[in-house]
Amino acid sequence: MPGQYLATIESNEDLGAGVCRLTILAPEIAAAGRPGQFVMLRSGRGLDPLLSRPFSLHQTMADGRMQVLFKVLGEGTRRLAALAAGASVAIVGPLGRGFALTPPPTGTRLGLIGGGIGVAPLLFLAREIQRLLPDGTALDVLLGARSKAELAPLLADFRALGLEPAVATDDGSLGHHGLVPELIDQQWGQEGSHCRVFCCGPWPMMAAVASRCRERGWACQVSLEAMMACGFSACLGCAVAGSGKRERYFHVCKDGPVFQAEDVNWG
Amino acid sequence: MKADTEIDLKVKIGGCILRNPVMTASGTFGYGREFEDFIDLTRLGAVVVKGISLLPRAGNPPPRVVETPCGMLNAIGLENVGVEAFVQDKLPWLQRTGATVVVNILGNTVDEYAELAQRLDNVEGVAAVEVNISCPNVKEGGVAFGTDPAMAAAVTGAVRRACKLPLIIKLSPNVTDIQLMARSVAEAGADAVSLINTLLGMAIDLQSRRPKLANVVGGLSGPAIKPVALRMVWQAAQAVKIPVIGIGGIMTAEDALEFIIAGATAVQVGTANFINPRATDEIINGIVEYLAQHNMRSINELRNTLRT
Ligand SMILES: Cc1cc2nc3c(=O)[nH]c(=O)nc-3n(C[C@H](O)[C@H](O)[C@H](O)COP(=O)(O)OP(=O)(O)OC[C@H]3O[C@@H](n4cnc5c(N)ncnc54)[C@H](O)[C@@H]3O)c2cc1C
Ligand SMILES: Cc1cc2nc3c(=O)[nH]c(=O)nc-3n(C[C@H](O)[C@H](O)[C@H](O)COP(=O)(O)O)c2cc1C
Ligand code: FES
Repeated sequence: MPGQYLATIESNEDLGAGVCRLTILAPEIAAAGRPGQFVMLRSGRGLDPLLSRPFSLHQTMADGRMQVLFKVLGEGTRRLAALAAGASVAIVGPLGRGFALTPPPTGTRLGLIGGGIGVAPLLFLAREIQRLLPDGTALDVLLGARSKAELAPLLADFRALGLEPAVATDDGSLGHHGLVPELIDQQWGQEGSHCRVFCCGPWPMMAAVASRCRERGWACQVSLEAMMACGFSACLGCAVAGSGKRERYFHVCKDGPVFQAEDVNWG
Repeated sequence: MKADTEIDLKVKIGGCILRNPVMTASGTFGYGREFEDFIDLTRLGAVVVKGISLLPRAGNPPPRVVETPCGMLNAIGLENVGVEAFVQDKLPWLQRTGATVVVNILGNTVDEYAELAQRLDNVEGVAAVEVNISCPNVKEGGVAFGTDPAMAAAVTGAVRRACKLPLIIKLSPNVTDIQLMARSVAEAGADAVSLINTLLGMAIDLQSRRPKLANVVGGLSGPAIKPVALRMVWQAAQAVKIPVIGIGGIMTAEDALEFIIAGATAVQVGTANFINPRATDEIINGIVEYLAQHNMRSINELRNTLRT
């Protein structure tokens, strides 16, 4: 059940390459949040920027803390990046429908695929997969970014879970020189074993991943973004076109942000 | 709150008594249930639901919203479940909460407005109808009903004849003379006017040179429109004797109080609900505090007390 809170910033880390990690004391959200769900954040009482900004849960911790990982883009994220420990932030959450975690058929590999800041929800997802799914469930992580600087600080967190992400960078400064969807062929082969994919990143990257999964008959969940005014299905602003199998338009904040790739109209 | 019981916040809109003057604005509060985790709906003067049409509408393609300085543009395209689904699926829950429900309606033709009003007449749990006339008139080349005094009066008259419910006509600000519009609908039988609906606006992305909204133009709302809204509410309150409901950029109790001083009987809170889902509740508390500080025992003592 979502709630509205005035929460305290515990720490604000600058991870370089314009990426920040905020640790927030928000016990209700930390307790209830699931991977793929998001929160709406707003700092201060000013009127510009006006709207709260949506961010995926990067991690929740047992001690009532939670984290968001974000890239500084405009004024809203600049304000959040400037928050010091002890400052307060208005937060609404946890919101939306997260990743569906059902035990996969034996022999199925789970693949988490992140592009750019789309890595944000995947750490939490990896942890929950390890916690909830049977021991020995094969789990691979594929991450793409512009350059090494963007990715390096995050790799350690996956390694702490015993996971070694396969990496692609646009400039070749780390791992495969190219795009993350290409890692699918590299890692799992053209035919490959059966995989179940969880994906978050820029739209073209998710479209490419969705199409590769469709060709192979793999289930693929994607975490979508849309411009949002509210985050809790009051404004109907966050529409995304459906593939026609179900709705004409979905609402990212309520029906998602995580969707089955086949339900989405990739255009 | 203790003060609540001492200070009389009740206001009258047509035959409808509201607990207090703070309502939600249509399209910013869903069908009410979207706020159940955040707020006690029975605290509110009234819940005005998302605009309802005869048939369901899917709405416009995305992007549908974009932020602008101190405001936002929306082109939702009046997405809604349609009147039957509203009455069957949405209204019963709202009614059970005990909230006062105002149904906002919209149509493509005068007849559609009348049919909607007739459908809602005698439906238990509907306290009043609010008519959104900022819609294109399909039979008259798509000119908005709300920009032509004769068409606005025609809609008002048709709805008036079709139902006995208290009737609020929601005025568009995209007109030259708001007093003329207010007088036209008052003479045609409106019990109250509410204003303003959103101001038509647009925004352009410089990289792609595309409009930021797929619909190109959209409605501007939020604090950016408050001065315009306040001016129009004040003008309308001078022009008609029926109650005026003030809408536009209300974020705080102070904002709401300005509208009441300018002559509004009640106010509606819109965009603020997105940013602070408890905004209406906080505004009610703030109004009580202000009245107490100024030794007023009733909200009616404050209305229309602008000193000019
Ligand atoms: C469900 C969801 C989860 C998200 N999770 C994360 C996350 O974990 N980490 C992260 O860094 N970002 C995330 N985002 C994107 C984040 O919300 C935007 O980057 C942020 O709102 C930008 O705000 P700003 O004021 O800094 O930029 P603005 O000045 O508002 O915009 C800068 C640029 O970002 C684009 N943008 C603005 N708002 C959004 C939005 N809601 N969705 C997509 N693009 C937007 C604008 O079109 C513009 O090009 C998420 C978005 C959604 C919808
Ligand atoms: C996302 C959104 C949807 C809206 N939908 C409707 C609607 O369906 N019917 C209507 O009469 N007004 C609608 N409005 C207008 C509001 O009710 C209100 O008149 C306007 O937003 C100005 O108030 P505000 O500045 O407090 O938001 C909508 C406004 C927004 C922002
Ligand atoms: S963001 Fe408002 S309905 Fe989804």
